[in-house]
Amino acid sequence: MNALVSVLLGIAAVMFAGAPFLIDAAPQESTMGLVQKIFYFHVPAAMVTFAGAFVCGVASAVFLWRRRVTADHVALAGAELAVLFGAIVLVTGPLWARKAWGVWWQWDARLTITLVMWMVFVAYLILRRFGGPGSEVLAAAVGVFGMVLVPFVYLSVELWRTVHPTTNVIRSLPPEMAWPFRWCVIAFVVLFGALLLARTRLESLRAALDRAYLAEED
Amino acid sequence: MRVLHSRSRSARVRGGRSWRQAGVLIAALLACGRALAAQTAQTEFVPASQVPVETLPAAPLVFVAYAFVWVALVAYVFALWRKLGRVEREMRQVSDRLESRRRS
Repeated sequence: MNALVSVLLGIAAVMFAGAPFLIDAAPQESTMGLVQKIFYFHVPAAMVTFAGAFVCGVASAVFLWRRRVTADHVALAGAELAVLFGAIVLVTGPLWARKAWGVWWQWDARLTITLVMWMVFVAYLILRRFGGPGSEVLAAAVGVFGMVLVPFVYLSVELWRTVHPTTNVIRSLPPEMAWPFRWCVIAFVVLFGALLLARTRLESLRAALDRAYLAEED
Repeated sequence: MRVLHSRSRSARVRGGRSWRQAGVLIAALLACGRALAAQTAQTEFVPASQVPVETLPAAPLVFVAYAFVWVALVAYVFALWRKLGRVEREMRQVSDRLESRRRS
């Protein structure tokens, strides 16, 4: 697995190194200008945040149902990545909004639900870190709740009146903007895969180490 | 008695200090008032011949956004790699100890 993680990380590194050149070559958007280029990292980061939330939610559900320890490790990895990439979304978004809307933050449906979802996964990690023995069951329930928020975040721009651009902008991208965007999406997905594998492996190793320490004491 | 005396002395010192602070504050307020009074008040609004262009430069925002992404991802990968290395090393040490105990 280490070799696979290294290969995926290598591919992601090459793609991330190439991304600025493609983004620079892409044309500027007519109304927003240069600041629209934040979109090329903001949206892929949001996509992998959703992926992390889904991984955490599904793995948490499996853990609650079957009590498989591996599922718990995957859930923890997914939650941590949802928090990491969610933080990227929540930082890059306001930087774009400052120029596009004139304000750093708006309490509109998309932004607020995204923040709530991110905080749910932060709560999951806090629970895992400080909850003590047995907290993984409660954390798993929190993980499922976090996953349930994902469709609301995605559909919020369609369901409610918001100032955030709709999901249509991605489908309507001209080819010269679509190519750099797809490149960035693949880079983020490959990196997400590598980090998910590595983080799950870390959690499995920690569990194995705990067992080894117990065996040493006996 | 000596304690009471020293307490009342410290209270007097504190009281004197607070009077000094109040004096400095009043002097600062008076100075501000004089400075404000020196400014000339606007007597009329003049329409602009053309709409002033108020633009916020986008380049620093884009730069900060991309820098944050890079720093966050590199820091996370580095931290994860260090943790993995440490746990793997510890695992090897415990396994070696268990193996040697089994042999003996």
